[in-house]
Amino acid sequence: MRQYLNVIAAYSIMILLIIIVGVFQSWTIALSILNFCLISAVMTMGANIQWGYAGLINFGIMGYTALGGLAAVLVSVSPVGEAWQAGGFSMIICLGIIVGMVFSIRLVLKKIEKSKKRNYIIALIIIFGLILLRIISGPAIEHIEAVEPAKTGFLGGLGLPILFSWIVGGFFAAGLAYIVGKVALGLRADYLAIATLLISEIVIAIIKHEDWLSRGVKNVIGLKRPVPYEIDLQGSTWFIDIVKKFNSSELNLISSLTERQDVLNQLVIDASSVFVKLTFAGLFLIVVIILLIITQKALYSPWGRMMRAIRDNEEAANAMGKNVVKEHLLIFILGSAVVGIAGAMMVTHDGLFTPGSYRPMRYTFLIWVMVIVGGSGNNFGAILGGFAVWFLWIEAAPIAEFVISLSTSHLPETNAIKIHLLESVPYFRFLMMGIGLLLIMRYRPQGILPEKIIKQ
Amino acid sequence: MDFLNAIILLLNYIFVPALAYGSQLALGAIFVTLIYGILRFANFATGDMMSFGTMVAILFTWYFQSKGITLGFLPTALIAVPFAIIFMILYMLTIDKLVFSYYRIKKSPPVQLAMVSIGVMFVTQAVVRIIIGPFDRRFFDGEKFILKAMEFKEMTGLNEGLTIKSTQVLTIIVTVIVVSLLFWFLNKTKTGKSMRAYSDNEDLALLSGIDPKRVVMITWMIAGILATIGGVLYGLDKSFKPFTYFNNMLPIFAAAIVGGIGNPFGAFLGGYVIAISEILITYAYKKFFTYILPETLEPDSLLQLLSTDYKFAVSFSILVIVLLFRPSGIFKGKVL
Repeated sequence: MRQYLNVIAAYSIMILLIIIVGVFQSWTIALSILNFCLISAVMTMGANIQWGYAGLINFGIMGYTALGGLAAVLVSVSPVGEAWQAGGFSMIICLGIIVGMVFSIRLVLKKIEKSKKRNYIIALIIIFGLILLRIISGPAIEHIEAVEPAKTGFLGGLGLPILFSWIVGGFFAAGLAYIVGKVALGLRADYLAIATLLISEIVIAIIKHEDWLSRGVKNVIGLKRPVPYEIDLQGSTWFIDIVKKFNSSELNLISSLTERQDVLNQLVIDASSVFVKLTFAGLFLIVVIILLIITQKALYSPWGRMMRAIRDNEEAANAMGKNVVKEHLLIFILGSAVVGIAGAMMVTHDGLFTPGSYRPMRYTFLIWVMVIVGGSGNNFGAILGGFAVWFLWIEAAPIAEFVISLSTSHLPETNAIKIHLLESVPYFRFLMMGIGLLLIMRYRPQGILPEKIIKQ
Repeated sequence: MDFLNAIILLLNYIFVPALAYGSQLALGAIFVTLIYGILRFANFATGDMMSFGTMVAILFTWYFQSKGITLGFLPTALIAVPFAIIFMILYMLTIDKLVFSYYRIKKSPPVQLAMVSIGVMFVTQAVVRIIIGPFDRRFFDGEKFILKAMEFKEMTGLNEGLTIKSTQVLTIIVTVIVVSLLFWFLNKTKTGKSMRAYSDNEDLALLSGIDPKRVVMITWMIAGILATIGGVLYGLDKSFKPFTYFNNMLPIFAAAIVGGIGNPFGAFLGGYVIAISEILITYAYKKFFTYILPETLEPDSLLQLLSTDYKFAVSFSILVIVLLFRPSGIFKGKVL
């Protein structure tokens, strides 16, 4: 019990902070902070699997998040029949060509010895394939995008429940991670960081500009939800009854019937959004707990010990007969898959997919701040980092506003510096993140909750 | 005649812009490579440091403009640059003292320094946005064009015009001067040689009496000069926006790695490689081929390899290919 004291204390403080926001700002804000904290926690767990367990640096988190989001779109949106008729067949042929290209290149690599001839053959296959793709896909894409461009203009998805996309998103991200891992994992740490960062930018560029697939910057809105809609709740009697029950003492104080009805309506509207957020929080919490159990088990299993051994001394682990390359690839895939799940969860929560909003600052570097601040190598630490940093990220603006108003209270309202500072309140969050990261790196490099190695 | 037209077309839309953009990238790439070669970490704050320098230059430019000091047909920003450089160097030395030196003395692994540079990136970005705001700013004044398309057409009687913006010429001239000075410094002076020695083998350099503090300080100073000039030139040519500068970090990294990180000359060429390939691959060649080919063969599609949306993706793909086949870069840098 005592060794978990700091964990319990840290989490209690975090929950208390969220409750304070609920009491002083509003419960909707508090719950949406909580939901995003949980999503961030999943992302940090993914990054922590890679960095904390294996020492692999992955700056491509943004790319996997976006792929997860794309999965949510492709799974849940109902297929656009017209678009499939217009160009679906050609797109499937294109997919076949890509697969064919990959296999023929693999065949060439296997059958022909390393030589100039082999390189030329591969180059030929790629150039020929690209030209073929261009010829087939060009008109098809044009036709697909011409189908009601204001509403659809893309192939749509499968029309399945959106919850499936959480798993599909994991698989999408894992697939990308397999390719990236094959390409980049041999590189030295800081090169790996740059390479993954740039590859994730390529992924975003593709999602942003291939309108037939994801509608690109036109965004996909109105995704299906796994939880009830506020409007439906407000109309259903059982929900109104519950709200009545919870607020009966307050309602009974009001004598006038019409007035009581108005108050009740307002309460129902508030309660419905809180209820929706709560169900989301419940769903996310289930994911977080399942992942936490799995990752904890893995960390303290022989496999986890091996990963730590590889991280701490690659050569020694190699000499002991562990396949370092294979294990690195595996853990890279696993971590990225978890990030992909988080990406799908986030799009599910928002109900919309906006490829333009994926920026490295928010989806890569912020997640890394979370991992470092929380404590790499410790799952509880990673989750705490996700909570604490996201909380600060959202609450930075109000805090900054408060501090600025306080410190400039002796200045008149028209003071240019004061106005300028108050206008730039949103950017103080970057300052806080940066200073927080620098302080933690300097004075507590192992993070708030450091890695703990249990000796069996 | 058609042939000449085609060449002018390529010059106008590909080579002149690519040379200017490449010069801007090259300055940034040398900055990255110097930090990597001597301080031994990937500096993720590159783009934001450049935007800090540019911001100071803009503030000075506004000050000079308000005082009525201008350079006539040249942009006022040129007078502001030396002042901006002084501020930038002070900023960099402060950051080094407060942040980086601790890890350097502790001999932390490069990854940790890279993480720290992310912290610096956040802080610098915040400072820039708080001081000047996140908006697009143009601070160019003076003569805009050296050669206008219309004038060129009248002069030569060709169908295609050639436009040369003064900022493009300015960028190329300044880059050539700065880079040649830098190479002269690195190769001919004693301090430059000591820097290269330190980059090559730290222990040996220390043994032969090279003062590491001095080397580090001079590295940051040169980095400050490069960052400011590169940033200001980019801002003059296009416009200043903190977010764009942050994003520019990515092609700059690509240029540095493609050229062989740790090798300044490679970084210099890498900038042009990235810029030219970005523009070559995303340019629509339709008009070019209409000039070159006989009328019967005229193409009806745009003949564009990739749409311009993929401009960045092109440079990153080049980087990935280089990393796969020649991880030390085209011009051997530090072997990985």
